[in-house]
Amino acid sequence: MLMGRTFSVPERFRMFWKQYVKEMAQLGIDSIGIVLLISFFIGAVICIQMKLNIQSPWMPRWVTGYTTREILLLEFSSSIMCLILAGKVGSNIASEIGTMRVTQQIDALEIMGVNSACYLILPKILGMLTIMPLLVIFSSAMGIVGAYGTAYIAHITVPDDLTLGLQHSFQPWFVWMSIIKSLFFAFIISAVPSYFGYTVEGGSVNVGKASTNAVVSSSVLILCSDVFLTQLLS
Amino acid sequence: MIEVKNLYKSFDGRDVLIDINTVFEDGKTNLIIGQSGSGKTVLMKNLVGLFEPTSGQILYDDRDFVQMTKEEKVHMRREMGMIFQSAALFDSLTVLENVMFPLDMFSNKTLRERRQRAMDCLDRVNLMGAEDKYPGEISGGMQKRVAIARAIALNPKYLFCDEPNSGLDPKTSLVIDDLLHSITQEFNMTTIINTHDMNSVMGIGENIIFIYEGQKEWQGVSSQIMNSTNKRLTDFIFASDLLKEMRAAVMTTDK
Repeated sequence: MLMGRTFSVPERFRMFWKQYVKEMAQLGIDSIGIVLLISFFIGAVICIQMKLNIQSPWMPRWVTGYTTREILLLEFSSSIMCLILAGKVGSNIASEIGTMRVTQQIDALEIMGVNSACYLILPKILGMLTIMPLLVIFSSAMGIVGAYGTAYIAHITVPDDLTLGLQHSFQPWFVWMSIIKSLFFAFIISAVPSYFGYTVEGGSVNVGKASTNAVVSSSVLILCSDVFLTQLLS
Repeated sequence: MIEVKNLYKSFDGRDVLIDINTVFEDGKTNLIIGQSGSGKTVLMKNLVGLFEPTSGQILYDDRDFVQMTKEEKVHMRREMGMIFQSAALFDSLTVLENVMFPLDMFSNKTLRERRQRAMDCLDRVNLMGAEDKYPGEISGGMQKRVAIARAIALNPKYLFCDEPNSGLDPKTSLVIDDLLHSITQEFNMTTIINTHDMNSVMGIGENIIFIYEGQKEWQGVSSQIMNSTNKRLTDFIFASDLLKEMRAAVMTTDK
């Protein structure tokens, strides 16, 4: 029912556009820093782990780069990064909308004749859907930079071997797979916390509870849907 | 004019409003008074459509709000302004943006015209100079005045105020009361104020409805309260010993 009200034609497109741009900046652009930071270190750690645990004289020298790329592309940058964002963005959305609910700001919108669900939730969902593929691409790229960091700075592996592995048997479909998965997760990250925030009743304690429930629920949903999506898209 | 006919509202089988019949007149400050839990806020939420009545009619100039479709209600609400107990200003917007919000949403005026109208509204509530501040940076009284400016931005026909003086000092409360009273007369609005404040009752109450345990117990004007024989009303209005003594003194003088 809430989604029905959310996906309706906005009353005024100039207001919708303003909100859409604001949400893209607040939920997406503001998350770029944390995405790049985490991706860099996880890329480096994956590379080190692969080198230490998989690389052996019987394995081809490109195996470290190859496995690092596959992990980053297929799981880390789409699923795990979205799981991290579910914590950051999800709690932000649930607490923002929940606070608006308990301080009667949503009632004020309704009294004005504004479809509050459409005005508040739709720009968040569309904003996340727009920005998420970019975050996934940035994350993959930064993970690879992190992997090169271990090669050039820590000398864990040889840069040429890493390059060879990163280019070995590359399938462009995996990039699309990663982006398609992230779009589903972007919807979960924005829609589930919006629901929890919008339906809050009571005071600030309940806003906190809604925020926690939103993060837990969206994380579980991401993990479950990851299983199905991976099977479906592979 | 807003006419309420045979209004009932119950929650989980418990009657909160019982057979409310009343008229809120144009150009007057209509007050709903009553103890906490008596059903005042529920009545107001029924009037503005935040609650659906169990039965009865709410007629806005003979248009039955209860029977309206969702779309009709949305259009109807554009004729309403509301001031909430907590002011309910949008935290992320400045004072000017808050007042401009209904204009941005529903007016076809140019940006300059919308801005000018918002500035006029702020001027009307004596808030010039505060337009670039955020709600968190201004006092409670100023927040209420911003809420009034936002509520009148689209020239509503009906103005609803839920405890506008809550949390304000007596002097600021008088300022808000005077403002609401003068705006009501200036724009010939139907203003309904839900209040506990006895200063408001005696000062601006042109049509007062006293709700007791979900039922309309008494209706009249402020000048009739002093001489009222309704015990529930007098117990509520003159709750403290000081007020009881004052009333007794006034009545003795009148005799």
